[in-house]
Amino acid sequence: MKIAVCIKHVPEGAGRIDPGSKRLDRSGEGALNHFDANAVEEALRLKGDGEVVAVSMGPAKAADSLRKALAMGADRAVLVSDDAAAGSDLVATSTVLAGALARENADLVLFGQQASDADGAVLWAAVAERLRRPVVSQAAEVTVADGTVRVKRQTEFGYDVIEAPLPAVVAVSDAINEPRYPSLKGIMGAKKKPFDTLSLADIGVEAVSKTEVLALGAPPARGDARKIEGDGNAAQAIVDFLAEKRLI
Amino acid sequence: MSVLVFVEHHDGAPQKGSLGVLAKAASLGDADAVLVGSGVSSIDLGKYGAKTVHVADDAALEAPLPQPRVDVIAKLAPNYDAVFFANSVLAADVAAGLAARLDAGLNWDLVDVTADFVGKRPALQDTVLVDVGWTSTPRLALFRSGSFDAQETGGTANVQPVDIALEDFSTEARMVEQAHAEASGPSIEDADVIVAGGRGLGSPENFSLAEELARALGGAVGATRAVVDAGWYPYSAQIGQTGKTVSPKLYVALGISGAIQHKVGMQSSNVIVAINKDPNAPIFEFSDLGVVGDVHEIVPKLTELVNQRKH
Repeated sequence: MKIAVCIKHVPEGAGRIDPGSKRLDRSGEGALNHFDANAVEEALRLKGDGEVVAVSMGPAKAADSLRKALAMGADRAVLVSDDAAAGSDLVATSTVLAGALARENADLVLFGQQASDADGAVLWAAVAERLRRPVVSQAAEVTVADGTVRVKRQTEFGYDVIEAPLPAVVAVSDAINEPRYPSLKGIMGAKKKPFDTLSLADIGVEAVSKTEVLALGAPPARGDARKIEGDGNAAQAIVDFLAEKRLI
Repeated sequence: MSVLVFVEHHDGAPQKGSLGVLAKAASLGDADAVLVGSGVSSIDLGKYGAKTVHVADDAALEAPLPQPRVDVIAKLAPNYDAVFFANSVLAADVAAGLAARLDAGLNWDLVDVTADFVGKRPALQDTVLVDVGWTSTPRLALFRSGSFDAQETGGTANVQPVDIALEDFSTEARMVEQAHAEASGPSIEDADVIVAGGRGLGSPENFSLAEELARALGGAVGATRAVVDAGWYPYSAQIGQTGKTVSPKLYVALGISGAIQHKVGMQSSNVIVAINKDPNAPIFEFSDLGVVGDVHEIVPKLTELVNQRKH
């Protein structure tokens, strides 16, 4: 089975928005979005004697995160990097990724649960729509047999079991597995694995965003906080506070 | 201006989060709603402010899967200035699928929107509030859960059946076994009151302290990632960056330190009460009432006092 796993290179540490471009500052150090490590791990677990290709869209530095996926055990990497794709929103990103994925024609496309920088947790559904493939998100368990993927999906109401024929798109939760650490041998071997870098022209798509950032402001502050020592009257003090706030 | 609201339902009842978004839409102009499912025609949304309710009622739409919903809404959305969604596992997938189908911009994690369609979005662990916009219509917006309260307006909606035509690929995913809401209390994202427990509870058995207090307050039980990872409580109750984002009227944190991973999931709660024995716990920095003390002593007494007030 051929599996494509989509990953994102995210800024390390507390993020910063550049006041000029109003975009996330991606000039500093970055790392593989840790939620995507779960998707890479799941791909390696499922691939059997097939192939895992890691796919990313991002700045040239995103190659570091793809190399990490290769070091974990992915077989190939594809980076779509183009200045014209900087600041892409969901519509633009899903167009570009779907274009790159269409060239791969994988049996299964995996995503992680969310991007830790933009808190986005929607990309898979847009990509699946463009590829015209079934999609299942929030996967807590994934099994593949006889050309069908079976997913235990976690929702607000508990666990669903959903099946879809391959090819399909699945987004896994971070509870699904414990990602491996790359071994030294894996890190050394990653340097020799095939690595393709593509421009938007190579894929034949344009990155046209349909949303914009208008302004940056400070979040509203909380009101005055009270702090009390928990002596014998603490429970009564809480009840009085809740009554004052009309919560009981 | 006109807004279409995707109203999610479960076991025959509209979800509170969707009704809150419907109330917000109605406050901005004409708000219509779309209901997709099987046996959903009887759900009354007129009394929550919808002018017209588009109803796609068909056995093929029974399972809460996103792609058939994209097919239904894609036919309606181009007639509106915006389509609003209350965030959920299902709604996020529907909104993103629709964004791709229509090449329509989607802004997510919004906590508010103005009448001229400027979305308000806290970002970077809520350290910055970003104004976001759309450069085409329909504008798609996914709101953080608990951003708005439902309003009973007592109106009557015009109900319009929707013609259903599903794409081949939309019906390939199949629900084999569907989860049902646990009978033990409100779902965590819809609850007005949440009592959450962390490592400070000391043991899995001590989650009964949180459960009893939640029952007394008519609320749901939440948990931190640390206790979920340790197997003390199910993941479905997890609140935080990798769990659910909630904003109940009252959030009671028991033995929770307030790590950023947890904070981002609950800091927009109206009132936060924290009990923790560590006076330096970060949770006290964003609590309305912080109590430095032992949860094992304070919580049973608190539960008893709350129960007494009810009688």
